[in-house]
Amino acid sequence: MTFRERLQAWRYNLVPDHLVGEILTKRWTDNAIPFLALVATLGVFGSIIPGFFKLTSLQESTRQLGEFSLVVIGMTVVMLGGGIDLSVGSIFALSCFSAVYVFFILEQSIWLALAAALATGLVFGAINGYLVGYLRLRAFLTTLVTFIFGRALFDILVSTYAADVQLSQASSDVLDFIGDGTFWGLSVSVWLAVILAILTHVALTRSRPGWHVLAVGGSRRSAHNAGIRVRRTVFMTYVFSGFCSSIGGFLIACRLSGAGPGTGLNLEIMALTAAVVGGVSLGGGRGSVVKGLMGAIIVLTMTNGLIRLGYGTGTNQMVLGILLAVAVTIDIRWLKNRHKVLNEVYVAPVYLKMGETQSAAPGSGTPYELDNRLSAADHIGLGELEGPEDVILDRDDHLYCGTRHGEIVRFFAPDYKRSEVFAHIGGFPLGLAFDQKGNLISCVGAMGLYSVSPEREVKRLSAETSRSWTSIVDDARLRDPNDCDIAPDGRIYFTDSTKRYDAHDWALDSIENRATGRLLVYDPKDGSTKTLLDGYRYTNGVCMAHDGKSLFFAESWACRVHRYWLDGPKAGTAECVIRDMPGYPDNINRASDGNYWMAWLGMRTPSFDLSLRHPDMRKRMTRRLPQDEWLFPNINTGGVVKFNEKGGIVETLGDLSGAAHPMVTSMREHKGYLFVGGILNNRIGRYKIGGADPNWTSPASYWGAKP
Amino acid sequence: MAAFKGLAIGAKDKAMNAIGWPNWRRLNQEGIVFAIAILLFAAAALSLPGFLTADNLVAIVRSVSVLGILALGMAVVIIGRGIDLSAVAIMAMSVAWYLQLLNTGTSDGLAFAYVLAGVLAIGLLNGFLVAYADVPAIFVTLATGSFVFGYVRSQLITQDAVPVPQGHWVELLGGVRFLDIPVEVFVFAGLAFLVFLFLRYTKWGRFIYFAGDNPVAARNIGIPVRPMLVLRYALSAVVALIAGLLTAASLHSINTRVVNSTLLYDIVLVAVIGGIGLSGGRGGVRNVLVGAALIGILLNAMTIIDIPLLYQNLIKAAILLGAIIVDGIINPRDEQTAQQGDI
Repeated sequence: MTFRERLQAWRYNLVPDHLVGEILTKRWTDNAIPFLALVATLGVFGSIIPGFFKLTSLQESTRQLGEFSLVVIGMTVVMLGGGIDLSVGSIFALSCFSAVYVFFILEQSIWLALAAALATGLVFGAINGYLVGYLRLRAFLTTLVTFIFGRALFDILVSTYAADVQLSQASSDVLDFIGDGTFWGLSVSVWLAVILAILTHVALTRSRPGWHVLAVGGSRRSAHNAGIRVRRTVFMTYVFSGFCSSIGGFLIACRLSGAGPGTGLNLEIMALTAAVVGGVSLGGGRGSVVKGLMGAIIVLTMTNGLIRLGYGTGTNQMVLGILLAVAVTIDIRWLKNRHKVLNEVYVAPVYLKMGETQSAAPGSGTPYELDNRLSAADHIGLGELEGPEDVILDRDDHLYCGTRHGEIVRFFAPDYKRSEVFAHIGGFPLGLAFDQKGNLISCVGAMGLYSVSPEREVKRLSAETSRSWTSIVDDARLRDPNDCDIAPDGRIYFTDSTKRYDAHDWALDSIENRATGRLLVYDPKDGSTKTLLDGYRYTNGVCMAHDGKSLFFAESWACRVHRYWLDGPKAGTAECVIRDMPGYPDNINRASDGNYWMAWLGMRTPSFDLSLRHPDMRKRMTRRLPQDEWLFPNINTGGVVKFNEKGGIVETLGDLSGAAHPMVTSMREHKGYLFVGGILNNRIGRYKIGGADPNWTSPASYWGAKP
Repeated sequence: MAAFKGLAIGAKDKAMNAIGWPNWRRLNQEGIVFAIAILLFAAAALSLPGFLTADNLVAIVRSVSVLGILALGMAVVIIGRGIDLSAVAIMAMSVAWYLQLLNTGTSDGLAFAYVLAGVLAIGLLNGFLVAYADVPAIFVTLATGSFVFGYVRSQLITQDAVPVPQGHWVELLGGVRFLDIPVEVFVFAGLAFLVFLFLRYTKWGRFIYFAGDNPVAARNIGIPVRPMLVLRYALSAVVALIAGLLTAASLHSINTRVVNSTLLYDIVLVAVIGGIGLSGGRGGVRNVLVGAALIGILLNAMTIIDIPLLYQNLIKAAILLGAIIVDGIINPRDEQTAQQGDI
């Protein structure tokens, strides 16, 4: 190995490039940025302001935080619904005034004051909701105007009644408790904010109205088409925002025992900044209450911190302006470019030097030498079928195969001219196997392991295995279940080819060449699924050995076949029995003479082998070239190989014409014939095997003669 | 709804008309507003003593001059489907900084160069974020407005109001009269004519309408939509600086508290009430003049009747709300060209 190759091997095999892409696929990355900002803000201000984390200091600042958080929760819900509410400051101030007016001037009970505050907020919210929701005005400008209107009204009211409030004798223990008291160390406003936050979170994530809000925010038109009452939903978000702001206004009325010209000033831009900094997206649909609260803490800590540090008038606005501009820009760019970045960085190729192989060229004299025998095969279902990846025959000689359309098709013996849809599954059925009771077990691409009873009842057996602790991508889900076989005790052994790509992206997996294929076992007794082996380059075909004590499985991109021992001294271990083949192995099945049939889905090429030693080149290729110009495994030529128990190659069949079976993904021997399928083929081939046992069938080989 | 549709079509036909007086047979917002302004004028002239005097008429025109100048800048931005909420902050804070620099002894030329550079920088920043970062204009300008006020107020100047130095040209400018009419009226008229020529007769002026009507289509036919966006915000910022200088000239100082007043919404009011649709691509200088006339008469009448400022704000807010509702009905949002996050 040259020094350059060694460097490349280190660079691409040791540096976990693939983690970047996997992290970006996670929804929690949306939360990570505001969370880091929160930690940084608290850290910076906590360390430079003496006594920041002291209990009394925290109690005072959290009281304000409680009121502010209530407003931000309302703003968050409106933004999730695709709108914006700039009138929160006015609602806050007017509700505060309503409470003050009822309590101090009318000298009514504090509960009546609360009712007045809530009524103010709800009415104001309903006006906003009517204008934006039902009249479909622009949310930003409309609420801006209602904000000015409310503010003008508040200024008039405050200047008219300020003196009367000062002279009022009204007092109440409840008011003092709400304003100054604590309950279990926390003020009433914090408790209210926490309770409302939890309720709102539950409503948004687990209730129909909450989902409607998110749906409307995510796509108004789709929500309308889905039958959601868009206008009423938007209306309700503004009413809710008015409700939240009015509680905040009531709390500040209790805390300050009055209302002044400064009440709720600049609250709208603070609340907006908080929501956006927390990561609630403009335009709706993305965000959560928790994000809003994180933003609220960041904004309040920054503005209060700067005031306590002694910065002068205007600092707040400056900081809010910067925070808002940066947060909005990041939000927009993030939403817009996340998928682009993801597409660019997700494919992270590794270095692999494939071993020297024997030639498969006709006339080369090697055991792999391809011939033209398969071109003589009869065809079944020509033109009717699309993508019979695997084929199998039952005890009555009927032929089954999966199709690209998500169906299992049955061809009737003896001539296989008539066919019917045996079962509709939905995903692409790949590997097939019959269990002892005659259920057809199938690995369905991107879905999992399924069972179809003779009565055509489709049942899911397994769609997940246990989650490993170190994997970032969710490796519990089966992404590409490929082939299965059944042990004498009924346990189903199957492969999941890759953890990083869905079934239809197999070409990307071959280009990346990262070893993430697995061998799994499903136990029908308790319904559990376990991972037996991990870290193979595209595990593919599985076949139980004739004695049932071991199984063979194919590792496609490494061109190897392994034997996994179920029983005996080597139980639970795997050994490589065939290495460095000239073709990429696919399904493996039993042959009547005690050997095994193996399909080649394609042949190695010197160019692709070379590219595997240049991961940098493959990375550039996937980023810069359109997909149809990529270099990937040659799947225009394949074949069928017969090997024995020890891994020795017995014979190789091919189709040099390229017309009937250029690519083979499966073959099944039945009563002296070989039935051949290909995932990109439009037919099933039937080839008469010279000298084969004319009575041998696979079900009998597995489960004994017919009972 | 059908009646409103008729109105919208009328507005469209008229926009394609050549220059001229409003087409009276077709009712549209501009016509209605103009009629209301005339009715209001007649009513005030008949019922309010001292309204129909030469001094008061000059006062009306003078009072809307600065507002009108700011509305011209805003109109250009709104026609291109944007909005500039930082206009008032730029107007007040740039001049405050300029005067502060002068008062602390910086030479006039250098101070003006600083301020012009700062104003252009904010305009370019607005434009860049809107055009190239695809951030909605409303958020960008809200943020930069807040930043400009906060930064200048906390870092560059020491008190809310900054006086004009004795004998400085800004002070002298405030005293200039021609035929007893103060200079800002002429500046307003001149700027209005320039903007009219720009929008009507230059290629880039026409492009603004295309870009405002359908930005994607405008881009597809090869109009440099993004650089033009940047240009509009820079233009709006410079117009704000001119308005600020005129304000300082007439008041002999600039009060930065104006940023927290409702002036900004008055500007939007003038533009929207005159009939410049907020969804872009509609309207022109004449709409600004009509809107300014109505607001000027209204404010003057309210002042003569002696309505307190607080109530004036309430009334203006109510009118703006009405104008936006009517605008929303006459110029409904185009769902095909509306962008995600365009709220």
